[in-house]
Amino acid sequence: MVKELVIASGKGGTGKTSIGAALTALAPAKILADCDVDAANLHLVVGSRLKEAHDFFAGFAPVVDEEACLHCGRCTNLCRFDAIEDGVISRPLACEGCGVCAFNCPAHAISMVDKKAGQWLVSETRHGLLVHAELGLAVDNSGKLVSEVRRQAKSRAEKRRLPLIITDGPPGVGCPAIAALTGASLVLAVTEPSLSGIHDLERLFFLCHHFGVPVAVCINKADISEENTRAIVALSRRERAPVVGEIPYDDVFREAALTGCTVMETGSAALTGEIRRLWLAVAGLLGVEPGKAAAWGLERLIDRLGGRRGMP
Amino acid sequence: MILSIASGKGGTGKTTVALLLAASREGTIIADCDVEAPNCHLFLRPKWETETRAGVMVPRFDMDKCDGCGRCVQYCLFNALAVAGGTPLLFPELCHGCGGCLLACPREAVSEERREIGVFRTGVATMNIPGQRLISGLLDVGTPAAAPLIKTMKKQLPHDADIILDCPPGASCSMVAAVAGSDYCLLVTEPTPFGLHDLELAAGVSGMLAIPHGVVINKSDGGRGDEAVEGWCAAHGVEVLARLPNSREFAAKYAAGMIDGEYREAADTLWRRLDREYRRRSDG
Repeated sequence: MVKELVIASGKGGTGKTSIGAALTALAPAKILADCDVDAANLHLVVGSRLKEAHDFFAGFAPVVDEEACLHCGRCTNLCRFDAIEDGVISRPLACEGCGVCAFNCPAHAISMVDKKAGQWLVSETRHGLLVHAELGLAVDNSGKLVSEVRRQAKSRAEKRRLPLIITDGPPGVGCPAIAALTGASLVLAVTEPSLSGIHDLERLFFLCHHFGVPVAVCINKADISEENTRAIVALSRRERAPVVGEIPYDDVFREAALTGCTVMETGSAALTGEIRRLWLAVAGLLGVEPGKAAAWGLERLIDRLGGRRGMP
Repeated sequence: MILSIASGKGGTGKTTVALLLAASREGTIIADCDVEAPNCHLFLRPKWETETRAGVMVPRFDMDKCDGCGRCVQYCLFNALAVAGGTPLLFPELCHGCGGCLLACPREAVSEERREIGVFRTGVATMNIPGQRLISGLLDVGTPAAAPLIKTMKKQLPHDADIILDCPPGASCSMVAAVAGSDYCLLVTEPTPFGLHDLELAAGVSGMLAIPHGVVINKSDGGRGDEAVEGWCAAHGVEVLARLPNSREFAAKYAAGMIDGEYREAADTLWRRLDREYRRRSDG
């Protein structure tokens, strides 16, 4: 059965994508999925080459037949989202596509049409196949698009007989986060030792427990505040979530992003060693083969000597 | 002026900028609209004064009148209703509260009841910016839809004060709900490809909403990342209003729940530029 590792964080900016990308450089056989459909970033650091693009339709949008319209104002009165003024859909961004205007128009002048809500994409990357998406701007239904990305990633993993999907999750605890982590094999909560990091981690724990998903914790920028790091360790123990990594603050994360690679390709030996330990622990919890993670330093050296570092 | 602070991506420093701006102008009100992960209160430690539960309206069925005809199910475009064994079933997470089922029911068997989705509180800060007024929303965990809570909260804001909205990340419905109706949108970005990518999305939404916007580059180091953001802004006619330097010490202070006084000057300058921009736009 395909295992699914979801990298989540409660809040943005803790390093989900950077750490997730580093893990994809270590895991031997996997599909990548980026479920942060609002603002997908994983493709920026794994060197993606687009292979497929599919339109994603979700929900409906009203279309008014001006000739049939009686300008009776019934739609304006019935719309609860203030999207219609004087019989004109004046604020299309406010429209939720409920169809109340269409179903109750005495002249049948309004019809509901399928709404394109974005695209889901498949790309080839240095670290395997990536399923990702672009949600249309200002659109809802992100949860459905997340589910579509997960479904596509799963079917491709099954077809290729790959044991693992590594998913970069969305921030927060709302609809996209719920859609990304329900039914996952393990959530890796990437947190940072700030008050906001702790606060949002607590909410993520609650969400994971609510949906019965096991969770492990990685503390990023762990040396920024020893006190808060200790608090996270204590909180995780109370929540029965193992702390599987403590990554030090390092500007190399920025550097790596700027050069379009993962920190495994640019980081110091101390940092990559820490991330390798993180991967071994996560692989252990997932029950998947960690692969040649332990020999990764050697491989990198050989790559360097051979001058092929696989970077753009 | 209603000033919204957005970014597309999380962790760029929206909350930091909101707090810096509030600290340098008395009488502002901060509204923390990132209801999935609100953080302003962690810095302000407010003494809460009011607490309001927010709810959405969902259908309720009078089973004496309902005959299970399923008309409501046909009309619900959100698939929030089903009929099983002659009994209507509601999946409340999917309901948008449009009221379509009420109108569709031929027997007037549907009425509405409130379903709570979260809470918002108002209070006065005791730390960092004592006296600062804050309104902060918190979505119940397990509730998918943040937008209705944000909208309810925004309705409670006074009309006669400068308001700073700390918006959720992303570029979809909850970000739109937060940013909509503001006079100016400040887009905070970090000079990395992640930051730039998501800045483009957030700027796209501000554009669609016809809200004037400008950029603050946070964690700026004057390097390649800055150049990329500045290049994009220049090419798209978006002004860079301020740069806040990248600093590990700042990150450490932020982690401990403090905002640094030395950024006061930067915040004053930013306000001056915002006022000028705002005046220019509203005159023109």
